[in-house]
Amino acid sequence: MAAAAAEEPSCYSRLTNEWFCWQYVVDRQDQLESATVEHLQITLAAVLVGVLLAFPLALLARGVPRLETAILGTSTMLYTIPSLALFPLLVPFTGLSATTVVIGLALYALTILVRSMLEGLRGVPAEVRESAAGLGYGPARRLLRVELPLALPVLMAGLRVATVSTVALTTVGTIVSYGGLGDLISDGVLTNFRAELMTASVLCVVLAVVLDLAIVGTQWLLTPWARGRATAR
Amino acid sequence: MNVLTDVWDYLTTAANWTGEGGMLQLLVEQLLLTFTALGLAILVGLPIALWLGHLGRGSLLAINISNVGRAVPTFALLALLVVADWPGTRDFGPYGRAGLATIIALTLFALPPIITNANVAVREVSPAARSAADGMGMTGWQKFRRVELPLSAALVLLGVRLALVQVWATATIAALVAGPGLGRVITDGFYRTNYGKGIAGAVVVAAVALVLEGGAALTQRALDPVPRQDPDRSRSAKGSRGMSADTPTVVEETDAVGR
Repeated sequence: MAAAAAEEPSCYSRLTNEWFCWQYVVDRQDQLESATVEHLQITLAAVLVGVLLAFPLALLARGVPRLETAILGTSTMLYTIPSLALFPLLVPFTGLSATTVVIGLALYALTILVRSMLEGLRGVPAEVRESAAGLGYGPARRLLRVELPLALPVLMAGLRVATVSTVALTTVGTIVSYGGLGDLISDGVLTNFRAELMTASVLCVVLAVVLDLAIVGTQWLLTPWARGRATAR
Repeated sequence: MNVLTDVWDYLTTAANWTGEGGMLQLLVEQLLLTFTALGLAILVGLPIALWLGHLGRGSLLAINISNVGRAVPTFALLALLVVADWPGTRDFGPYGRAGLATIIALTLFALPPIITNANVAVREVSPAARSAADGMGMTGWQKFRRVELPLSAALVLLGVRLALVQVWATATIAALVAGPGLGRVITDGFYRTNYGKGIAGAVVVAAVALVLEGGAALTQRALDPVPRQDPDRSRSAKGSRGMSADTPTVVEETDAVGR
């Protein structure tokens, strides 16, 4: 027993409690992996739901100006509610589940996405749309072939903002025990475990940067005509 | 739906509002935190952002500070500050447990919307207005004080308003690290599986957020020195974007970072 106690103290033992500790990452690899995967799943699901809802809402707002104020007003109001309050407010309907977090985050993403979609579509010059109509494009084909490609830089800028902030917000999901890396941060605070706390925080930021770069890369692939020109933002 | 009656019971029991640790005390604590942090962020961020905007600089700062603010989770930063040796969980005046850590985190997260909006606002004052000021023989300071500031005021105020919403949200999250404020009602309820209490806390936090945002919107309108129509409306008017000579527009109104 004495030999075990005298074992080389690792950098994440209670005594040293260092912030950066590679030994911790190695020993708890499974835990870190599953937290990161959960974080990624929640984030991606939320952004996906956000996009799927935002797209028809943006088209509706553009088509029916009277609805625009209502749609933008409601989504902005939702955006005002702090995440730590929004998740509990959803609990009576969806319970203590990952769904609660995904829906809450999707509502935040929705606000950003609807605005950027409207802005992007509105930025398409009227002459271009008239030309498309003159060439015999119907509304649907014009949207898909002319307006969306031209609006893409603004749409993608909105998607980047929504994705990066969703990654950060997912941590708050820990209030219903589905916070991905946020659960590790929470545990780190509770048990005064610095290596866990720091590793999870760093992974969060890394995840945000990686997803952001992935979107930039996708945009580069999707807009061959824009290459070589200065990027929009 | 049993839990909803629990929520109602919690909200309608006077004892939950009054006394030590009651919701009224926590509400006052969180409001105090929010406005202290907002004031600090305005003092620190606004002069720098405005002056850089006057010089036509700061675009890189504005973009980067927004990006960093968005990518770093408020919860993670709060957690790091609380677990560190300094500021840790020490009490700070009327701000309660972990008060100093909370104020620091709140101020940091209030800076991006304030700096970005103020900087963009001044930089995007129309060149025509600037040339006119030059032509009238205004000095740099006069141009800043009498032309750029009034023309950019609406957007500067919008930044402060976004910061207020942001700070209120972050102050709520402070409860996740056992910090001060109303968020504690939420975390207490959830950690002790008293969901009625937790959701009741969420209702109060959300309601105050909406009241603050509404009040801020009214204040913003009242303080704007250049009379104009509702900014949301003028932006949505077709074809007017980017063509108006006097109203600078910002790309993302919802530029608040993590909540």
